[in-house]
Amino acid sequence: MASVAYQHVFKRYSAEAVAVKDLNLQILDTEFMVLVGPSGCGKSTALRMLAGLEEISDGEIKIGDRIVNEVPARERDIAMVFQSYALYPHMSVYDNMAFGLKMRRTPKNEIETKVSQASKILGLDNFLKRKPRQLSGGQRQRVALGRAIVRNPQVFLLDEPLSNLDAQLRVETRINLQKLHKDLNATFIYVTHDQVEAMTMGDRIAVMKDGILQQVASPREIYDDPANLYVAGFIGSPKMNFVPVTISGSTAKASGFSMQLPKAPGIEAGVLGIRPEDLTEVPHEGFPQIDMKVEVVEVLGADQFLYGKVGGDDMIARLDPQFKVSIGDRVRLNVNMRRIHLFDVNTERAIL
Amino acid sequence: MSAATADTLPQQRRKPVKVGKVASRGLFFLLVGVILLYILFPFYWAARTSFMPDSDIYLTPVQYWPNNFTFQHYINAFSETTFVRSILNSAIVGISATVIAILVGSSASYALARFNFLGRNVALYLILAMSMFPGISILGSLYTVLQRFHLYNTLYALIIVYLTFSLPLMVWIMQSFFRGMPRDLEEAAYVDGASQFQTFWRIMIPLAAPGLATVGILTVMGCWQEYLFALSFLLSSSKWTVPLAIANTGANQASAFQIPWGDQMAETLVVMLPLIAAVLILQRRIISGLTAGAVKG
Repeated sequence: MASVAYQHVFKRYSAEAVAVKDLNLQILDTEFMVLVGPSGCGKSTALRMLAGLEEISDGEIKIGDRIVNEVPARERDIAMVFQSYALYPHMSVYDNMAFGLKMRRTPKNEIETKVSQASKILGLDNFLKRKPRQLSGGQRQRVALGRAIVRNPQVFLLDEPLSNLDAQLRVETRINLQKLHKDLNATFIYVTHDQVEAMTMGDRIAVMKDGILQQVASPREIYDDPANLYVAGFIGSPKMNFVPVTISGSTAKASGFSMQLPKAPGIEAGVLGIRPEDLTEVPHEGFPQIDMKVEVVEVLGADQFLYGKVGGDDMIARLDPQFKVSIGDRVRLNVNMRRIHLFDVNTERAIL
Repeated sequence: MSAATADTLPQQRRKPVKVGKVASRGLFFLLVGVILLYILFPFYWAARTSFMPDSDIYLTPVQYWPNNFTFQHYINAFSETTFVRSILNSAIVGISATVIAILVGSSASYALARFNFLGRNVALYLILAMSMFPGISILGSLYTVLQRFHLYNTLYALIIVYLTFSLPLMVWIMQSFFRGMPRDLEEAAYVDGASQFQTFWRIMIPLAAPGLATVGILTVMGCWQEYLFALSFLLSSSKWTVPLAIANTGANQASAFQIPWGDQMAETLVVMLPLIAAVLILQRRIISGLTAGAVKG
């Protein structure tokens, strides 16, 4: 087991095409780190540089205390689960799992023990003689995991391992992966574009966009204290409401309301961020009130989402489903002041 | 379920079938028949001739089925040492050229398909250009080269010459084959601890087997039936390959002024058998898509 460190890492394909820009990221020993971001944000490239499948244009990557820039993939002692699983089609499940051990000249009886252990954990004992094409998608995914587990590597790299599974299997596998991480007590680095996977699995989440690391923090911190406008909008469903405001002193004025900020932010124009669940129909001491004209009502059993307008700005509120609203109503909502966010309109950084 | 289909099927059949549909199907099978006849007739004719006594071959009206069935031509063929020896020679040449082409060609084509190096495209197009040369245009220069290296009238000469034509074919087909394979597999192998050579040998070659089998058969066939170079570079009858031996059948006998069709056809059929066997054995490899199940569903 080992820690991983990216130090000022760049990946340039050409002068203009820079996939990863100055990535600095410390991943602790036995941590479950999730790299998340939209496609093309550089998260997979970052992972592949760590795996040794892409050259590092600049900077250093360390596994444990060892700088691995010049170390070929096969000597990095990492295991990787590919999005496509990349199972060797001409080999049986057993041989697929044993391949890495054979390459490392592990004694035969040791290979057998390790493969049978891993296949028990993953429920593959009955499929060891089958070829990958005779397996279902979920089984193939487990073989890919098994191939990584038997190696007992320093670091596990997972590149969108769940994206080829159907929705139900994805949830099951997600939970199994978390258990596996606890049991193996290993360092996991997990790449995904799915914020739910990121939020549920990660000890910490690294949000990336356009090759730049936006924020690294625990899921709770990412959600409660997003570092900038992008992270605030990316994590959370439905999205955080963004309301452009002009500020004078500590008063923020939007198109449909104005409110007192806890302190003077020292900027003139900003974007107010309010999560849908921080709007409530229940009045609170010290919560400013806004009026929303309701355009769409969605009742989802446990939740009720109201889509509407406050002044000229779109707003989504997440309310108790018992609260009866109809389309066209004007609803008075109370803003949870303890949980509002304010972003600088120019730098997009969080101020409050 | 089977009961349901049994009930519904006859009803569907009773529906009047459109005339146009029948006509187009008929036309289709007619066309297939014509093509089959065109392709198979020479084989049939060779077989027919090989089982007829010499005296019947020239008889009119033509016998489409031998009236006096005989194995004499086959006995003649196998008692002629030049012919038997030529099968061995052809096998040596064909198998050597193919094995070398597979060993050299597959690794060359993998490098050309996967690794970026200076002059890669130049190399590719040079190889392609080589395979475009008609054999006869380089016959003279090949002869000079072989003479210089004292290879004239040896089987090595043919192996080398055949390689100059089979390798480009091998490289071109195999490099496009390798290019079409998912890169993830190689990356998985690297991460699993395999070297580049191990990845090539243990992952890529097994997956390329259908392609290799195809090109291998083409190479063997090309060598097996080649006449021009064999005629030009082989002198002694003990070195002859199959096409030379067949063409020269009966040349030293009393019937020198008569073409021994029966013997030649018998020999032709005999030398066709190994090729047909090879195709039948390898065709399952060729057809089966080995990459199924590697990536995605």
